[in-house]
Amino acid sequence: MDILLLQQIMIAALKTGTPLLLIALGELVCEKTGVLNLGQEGMMLMGAMAGFAGALYTGNLFLGVTLAILAGMAMSLLFGALSLNLNTNQVATGLALTIFGTGLSSFLGGDLVGSTIDGFKPIAIPLLSDIPFIGPLLFKQDLLVYLSFVLVAASWWVMHKTRVGLTVRAVGENPYSANALGIKVIRVRFLATLFGGAMAGLAGSYMSLAYTPMWMENMTAGRGWIALALVVFASWRIAYLALGAYLFGFASILHLVMQGLGVDISPNLLAMTPYIATIVVMVAISSNALAQKLSTPMSLAKPFDPKVH
Amino acid sequence: MLSVQPRIESSKKMAWFSPIIAIVLTMLVSSLMFLALGVSPTKAFEVFILQPVSDTYNIGELMVKAGPLLLCATGLALCYRANIWNIGAEGQLLVGAVASSAVAIQATQNSGFGVLLLALAAGIVAGMLWAAIPTFLYRLFHTNIILSTIMLNYIGLYTLLWAVHGPLADPDGFGFPESIIFADSVLLPLLSDNGRATISIVVAVGLALLSGLALYKTLPGFKLRVYGEDQAAARYAGFNSGKIVWGVMLFAGALAGFAGASEVIGPIGQLIPSVSPGYGYAAIIVAYLGRLNPIGIILSSLFMGSLYMGSDLAQIELGLPTAITGLFQGILLFFLLACDYLIFYQIKVVPRETEKRRQETLLQMKRDANDMNEVTSEDTKAQQGAL
Repeated sequence: MDILLLQQIMIAALKTGTPLLLIALGELVCEKTGVLNLGQEGMMLMGAMAGFAGALYTGNLFLGVTLAILAGMAMSLLFGALSLNLNTNQVATGLALTIFGTGLSSFLGGDLVGSTIDGFKPIAIPLLSDIPFIGPLLFKQDLLVYLSFVLVAASWWVMHKTRVGLTVRAVGENPYSANALGIKVIRVRFLATLFGGAMAGLAGSYMSLAYTPMWMENMTAGRGWIALALVVFASWRIAYLALGAYLFGFASILHLVMQGLGVDISPNLLAMTPYIATIVVMVAISSNALAQKLSTPMSLAKPFDPKVH
Repeated sequence: MLSVQPRIESSKKMAWFSPIIAIVLTMLVSSLMFLALGVSPTKAFEVFILQPVSDTYNIGELMVKAGPLLLCATGLALCYRANIWNIGAEGQLLVGAVASSAVAIQATQNSGFGVLLLALAAGIVAGMLWAAIPTFLYRLFHTNIILSTIMLNYIGLYTLLWAVHGPLADPDGFGFPESIIFADSVLLPLLSDNGRATISIVVAVGLALLSGLALYKTLPGFKLRVYGEDQAAARYAGFNSGKIVWGVMLFAGALAGFAGASEVIGPIGQLIPSVSPGYGYAAIIVAYLGRLNPIGIILSSLFMGSLYMGSDLAQIELGLPTAITGLFQGILLFFLLACDYLIFYQIKVVPRETEKRRQETLLQMKRDANDMNEVTSEDTKAQQGAL
């Protein structure tokens, strides 16, 4: 394989992995506080729809992204109100959020189907983008990809080097002890849930404004669910998360690579690869039950109610 | 003064009232939505609720929609009772439809009843196999069932698309993603001449009632419920968890596969990409709305069926997009979950006087406790002095 093709594949894997990375980063922080939000797919679809609508009607991509983030946050607000304030089952509430978001986004986005916009374009960073091989890969991307680099670094720093990160982890590991220390458990969980919503919205806007600048029903094609598996794959560690997202990005474009290489398999069969890869990876991870138990936040998906405890 | 208190025991009465409150609230919110869309809510109510039961043909169509929902939801309800989060009904239904079609396209006008049974069996076995994958992975590697079943839904969808574009496509279909129209001999018998409802709906109701009987009146049903409530208790009682998990998962897979088969060799009569308008996902809501109880599920599948049918009618008569179904489903499930709060908590009107007295008593108790502590600490001091 020549080096240029390899570079092309890596660029495509990076682009495909970026929305996964963004949404999984939000979910990781959320799960670190003990909140399991299965509504990722719904929030991401709402973000994609709102982002596209915003960019189409205002003509401004950044307003589109802002709207997408707000849409994602509004969705997560709904999840928080139910699962954190009313202590509803987090799994069921997350499923409801996905069903609701899928329905609402295709309902509101009905008129947007078929419209086109100019999406985010790659911006080459002077000098750095001239580095052979790595330059075009890392420094000739669109703004949202750069933003994802910054967000990963910032989240890592906050989670591991600041008091905020410590609070987040304490709440996720043992909310009752955290409560006894005077930490407002519900407030921390709510803020993390909102952060998760914002990231899901942002990931959605990457889909509809940069990856494929258009809107169609269910355009995220299960990426919200794959992101949930990705968090488990990464053992709730941000550094592994980035690696995993790009690997999944690669698995998602494998069918394009195969077609490019002239392999004659039905595109519908090749389109299964990311989902099969997800199952394979989950099996590989979960077969070490002890290690997984150790890395899972102890209070994950468990409601917090000091009155009942 | 209003006060929210956790109930000591969850309320049985509220468990049944909560779906009704949720449906009423969903209707209220939908009415507002219809007003915003410029559609009169009474007209919408007519289309979504009254028209599906207005005449025998429409009732038949309602059953066509409710049948697969009932089948999938019955299986899911048993899984959820056992605390197993199987979201895979959609994929199991789709592969059931594919497998059944693979048999059905072989049939000719003169094929006997055996081919029909074979087509049904193929669907059921395919659904069971599809459910066996996540169960196997869960039992052997503790792989998360929610995520593996969701992934298998997508893989099932692409299996359907592959089949309908490739091996099962009509050879004379000009590349259209459709199979041939199946021979009449392989189609399920109709319930009445006026309509498309087949005997599968009778089977569905029968299976729901039987599973209800099994759940509440048999030992395996009891074991299942204990396992769902408290796995440690079930282990302590010596119940075989493998049997329970495999049992409910395969049962759910068989029912979903049957639903897929009875769609293609029933009302649809051929394999098409849009076999299911999300029945497998809607069945999750149906199961919850019916309180994971087969009798309740029969009612809730009729309600959800009328929602599907209403949105078809609303598209024709009111010009509303069918995406509105998903929207209603989401809102309904949200309200249901929110109303379930009332099962575990009670909102009480407490007179101001009573609340004041309660607080005073609490304060006194606190003071007493403090005094006790002081006494004991003085005692220890005295003891230490003595030593």
